[in-house]
Amino acid sequence: MNTLSAEAWPAIALTLQLASLTTLILLLLATPLAWWLSQTHSPWRSVVAAAATLPLVLPPTVLGFYLLVLLGPQGWVGQLTTALGLGTLSFSFSGLLIGSVVFSLPFAVQPIQHAFEAMGRRPMEVAATLRARPLDAFISVALPLARPGLLTAAVLSFAHTVGEFGVVLMLGGNIPGQTQVVSTQIYGHVEAMEYAQAHWLAAGMVVFSFLVLLALMRLQRKPDRLQA
Amino acid sequence: MSEEMRIALRLTRPGFELAVDLSLPGQGVTVLFGPSGSGKTTLLRCVAGLEQASGQVLLKGVAWQDSAQGVFLPTWRRELGYVFQEASLFEHLNVRQNLRFGLERVRSASAARALDAALDLLGIGHLQDRAVASLSGGERQRVAMARALATEPKLLLLDEPMAALDVARKQEVLPWLQRLRSELQIPMLYVTHSVDELAQLADHVVVLRQGQVISSASAQAAWVQPELALAVGEQAGSLASGRVCERDSAYTLAQIEFEGGLLWVRDQGLQLGQSVRLRILARDVSLSVAEQDHSTIANRLAGTIESIHPDSHPSQALVRVRCGSALILARVTHRSLQALSLKVGSPVWCQIKSVALMG
Repeated sequence: MNTLSAEAWPAIALTLQLASLTTLILLLLATPLAWWLSQTHSPWRSVVAAAATLPLVLPPTVLGFYLLVLLGPQGWVGQLTTALGLGTLSFSFSGLLIGSVVFSLPFAVQPIQHAFEAMGRRPMEVAATLRARPLDAFISVALPLARPGLLTAAVLSFAHTVGEFGVVLMLGGNIPGQTQVVSTQIYGHVEAMEYAQAHWLAAGMVVFSFLVLLALMRLQRKPDRLQA
Repeated sequence: MSEEMRIALRLTRPGFELAVDLSLPGQGVTVLFGPSGSGKTTLLRCVAGLEQASGQVLLKGVAWQDSAQGVFLPTWRRELGYVFQEASLFEHLNVRQNLRFGLERVRSASAARALDAALDLLGIGHLQDRAVASLSGGERQRVAMARALATEPKLLLLDEPMAALDVARKQEVLPWLQRLRSELQIPMLYVTHSVDELAQLADHVVVLRQGQVISSASAQAAWVQPELALAVGEQAGSLASGRVCERDSAYTLAQIEFEGGLLWVRDQGLQLGQSVRLRILARDVSLSVAEQDHSTIANRLAGTIESIHPDSHPSQALVRVRCGSALILARVTHRSLQALSLKVGSPVWCQIKSVALMG
């Protein structure tokens, strides 16, 4: 039976690894950024908000291209990493990770920012009148209240990274075992006219994505129930 | 009155300026009273450090902020309790966790006892294992008060704590507030636009209008000032505190002795010697030049007219009558004053149609 090919498993493992790490990094980066965006009156707010949303509208090829230039031997990040003895990050898993983080940034920032905005200022004010320092109040009040937003951000970042193609191809180069993920492998199978293998992976992606979105819909119903 | 709390603040917002300079007593309930938009809540938020006003907030010698010295303590370093207008309990915590939130952060050995005392005082010990969502509006506010008191604050700030409650819930919460007033040793700043709450709770009254203080006085003095009388309209009147000196069980009446003389009130199970608060509405007081023996009005006090003020309607006047060492406010028409030739200094009899007993 023509099921998953031998090289499919490393690609699946790499995809999951990439998506998990991307989600973790994004939660750590996007949470403070979303907090700042939800609280600040700074004139820079709109500039930063627009920049953080940019990956949503740019073609992945554009994003991948600039990251390739930036991380490559001629780019200033590439030169920095070379000087530090790390080599260049393009065509490596680290490069892929950076690309994924940038690519999925808006999917993490926006749900968290909306959760913080929906919460309003009151809970943090109440915490302050109960002697909680700002960081304490953020951890013990703002984060738990924004939990649905954080979960949505995690699910979306994970799913979006799994479904990523253009950035990976531009930046990672589809190297089996190193930078080849499921989506680029499907592309490879189709190029090689291996439709059966492509089907198995593609159908797997459809089922996976549907389940993720189903879980997300369930998650997003929760805040209403809490308020009732 | 010793000056134990000084609040001198200035805050400018588009279309609004708050500028106050207040010296307030270090105990009892000070009510910040005024229409919406007068800056009461803003002032309370400034005292709490939730708004950055310039000026000075001193509580019993401790500077919470002082622009001249560059001092501004953030809210979490001010020893205060704050009860917000709407239910502000943390929805992600249960009642017990809400109650312990502040207590766990003050690191004081006596805070646990303070919480127990607050639970007792507010009658909510039995609610501790409930979910916040299952509490009524009145219960939520009582939990919020206990949570604030568990931090052993030096000042309790209450921002219209009953405004979001319906009439029945208000009646449920008010006795607990009166209990706080009589039991707590710390001063309270209480924001409201409700005349009832003002009458029931205030020991000191600050009247605000458009960000300015138009009057600051003890409750008894404030009620007979034209500023407050005009601000409360139909409910203008005088406040008196007295003591039950006689009970007439045949007619279920009690006689109250106060600075202005003796008054009969309905006896609702009073005890001899008990102190009570009385409220006499200005519209229930009529004036006559001679004592009216042949009248159903039993409460008559002799006095002299201290001052006459214009009322909100041009036909009426607010007359302050000094009876003994008390001032009684009467609302009468200018025509009647003229007909009886009543002027400042004229001796008059106040006939008081009704006296309300406040808790």
